[in-house]
Amino acid sequence: MSVLVGNETRLVVQGITGREGAFHAEACRDYGTNLVAGVVPGKGGQTAVGVPVFDTVAEAVETTGANVGFVLVPPAFCADAYAEAVDAGLDLVVSITEGVPTRDMVRVMRTVPPGGTRILGPNCPGVISPGKAKVGIMPGFIHKEGHVGVVSRSGTLTYEAVHQLSQRGIGQSTCVGIGGDPVIGTQFVDVLELFAADDDTEAVILIGEIGGGAEEEAADFIRREMDKPVVSFIAGQTAPPGRRMGHAGAIVMGGQGTAAGKMEALRSAGCTVVESPAEMGAAMEARLNA
Amino acid sequence: MNLHEHQAKALLAGYGVPIPRGKVAFSVDEAASAASELGLPVVVKAQIHAGGRGKAGGVRLARTDDEVRAAADAILGATLVTKQTGPEGRLVRRLLVEEGVAIARELYVSFIIDRSTGRPMCIASAAGGMDIEEVAAETPEKILTVTVDPAMGMQPFQARRLAFGLGFEGPVFRNGTKFLTALYRAFEGLDASQVEINPMLVTEGGDVLALDAKVSVDDSALFRQPEVAALRDIHEESPLEVEASKHRLSYIKLDGSVGCMVNGAGLAMATMDIVKLAGASPANFLDVGGGASAEQIENAFRILSSDPEVRVVLINIFGGILRCDRLAKGLIAAVRKLGVTLPIVIRMEGTNVELARRMLEESGLDFTTADGMRDAAEQVVRRLEVAA
Repeated sequence: MSVLVGNETRLVVQGITGREGAFHAEACRDYGTNLVAGVVPGKGGQTAVGVPVFDTVAEAVETTGANVGFVLVPPAFCADAYAEAVDAGLDLVVSITEGVPTRDMVRVMRTVPPGGTRILGPNCPGVISPGKAKVGIMPGFIHKEGHVGVVSRSGTLTYEAVHQLSQRGIGQSTCVGIGGDPVIGTQFVDVLELFAADDDTEAVILIGEIGGGAEEEAADFIRREMDKPVVSFIAGQTAPPGRRMGHAGAIVMGGQGTAAGKMEALRSAGCTVVESPAEMGAAMEARLNA
Repeated sequence: MNLHEHQAKALLAGYGVPIPRGKVAFSVDEAASAASELGLPVVVKAQIHAGGRGKAGGVRLARTDDEVRAAADAILGATLVTKQTGPEGRLVRRLLVEEGVAIARELYVSFIIDRSTGRPMCIASAAGGMDIEEVAAETPEKILTVTVDPAMGMQPFQARRLAFGLGFEGPVFRNGTKFLTALYRAFEGLDASQVEINPMLVTEGGDVLALDAKVSVDDSALFRQPEVAALRDIHEESPLEVEASKHRLSYIKLDGSVGCMVNGAGLAMATMDIVKLAGASPANFLDVGGGASAEQIENAFRILSSDPEVRVVLINIFGGILRCDRLAKGLIAAVRKLGVTLPIVIRMEGTNVELARRMLEESGLDFTTADGMRDAAEQVVRRLEVAA
């Protein structure tokens, strides 16, 4: 098994006729994801990337049995696309869109009923279960099938970690980018719960960054619930306080959210915390061979 | 985006948050006429995007016309150094002249988005005028919080709970709940990421006023907040950062000598970290975007080369889908076009990386290619030593 996406994934791409939408829908399909539909309001009845386009997500679900959504629309429309996916009852909806207003995310999260659609992102690379399915913008070929779960707030830094693992012959079960915004649909703890319960995941790399308290919450969960090895790196050890480091959520405020605090929390929860981003793969190799 | 106090107050007043009467002034004469309009005494306040102005001498009480002129003259054009400005300080270009009010109590209130619940949260404390982080650390029992359901908005019972907790009574209680409710509406309506009133004031007459106001608005929401976007004061930002933002580059100036150019915010932070671990110091944070287009790379070089502190450039691009040969072509073109003479260490990963390395090495330009992030950081240190 893998988590979030896999062989059972039936993908609908919201915004499939746009330049980005078409490009990434095709890349996901070429990787092996079962792309079944697209949605663009007003373009129902057309065909794009070899699949039927529907006016609404609900129609796409009814006709094609889609269960995972991939949102590729501009920031002002992202929350609405998420909400439509929630309303249609998809299992998971992913968005890579950067620059979604925080207030929109606050409202969308309020619309998800308990046990309802899982929202991933926004402003994240998406999710991939190597060899099975990719719902995101990550380069598929750097991944390798295997048993290490990767979860991260960053995009390219996740690729870096995956690359280090694959170079050492260590494959991945599922790699999840949760996104760098202040309010996101899926948190570290949510993904760790999935990894903890997944028989196919033997160990986890957790890549955090400055800002907020999600890494501390993750550390708390790891201390209480995880018996799988966790290797962690926190980006932003050299970041000045009070400045937003690219990601809207990456900011140290009033002494809260520092890299040092997060590293200490994770260390005390039993994680191997590396100071250098070049050591993520080697540290995982050491933990797996221990 | 951050706002000046006078801008923040004007926006809050639009939502019914009571504020003292005041006028903005850009010169001593304007300050004097504002004071005569408001009536003496007044408070003359420096307007910069940083807290701690009072301690730095940026806030003065003036009881006479001469005192108004003297205060305005002293503050305008001064460079205030507070714990939020850094050692270089911030030049004062505008003032807020405000009516003096008789203070009975000073309290604290703010709204933020609580990242853990993903909902708006009100933080209030009877300890006004103090650094709230200190209050939270030393006397956490003095901090009141209420989490707001975004679908419902701030409920009357929540405003009452805060008002009781702050010890409001009688007419002050009524004014206080009104104040809190209006403040939430402003937080919501302005797409604010933070609204902080410190101090929130109870006057001797029982009014509740925002004596100071700090409002930060979500950059991602500025497209639907044109009134707020128009208030941007670029004097409060570093010139290189303003230039970078024009090209949609995410850039933050630091004080080291290694200019970093990276795709992706997380990798950019990680690159700064590894530079530091190798014993050098990053000159900046710079994210050219996940795609690292040729145009963005040229813009990024322009920014890095105009920082006189930069002595070596480190480029770290994890391309993935991106073709490295295309990236190399863009890099060579940009370096030739701009006549960049700085040594450049490049680490890249992606399709056709070998071809790209050959292109860089055969270009005759000062490129050093690195294998992995650690090697890149070590090469940078070596180049710095050679240059020294």
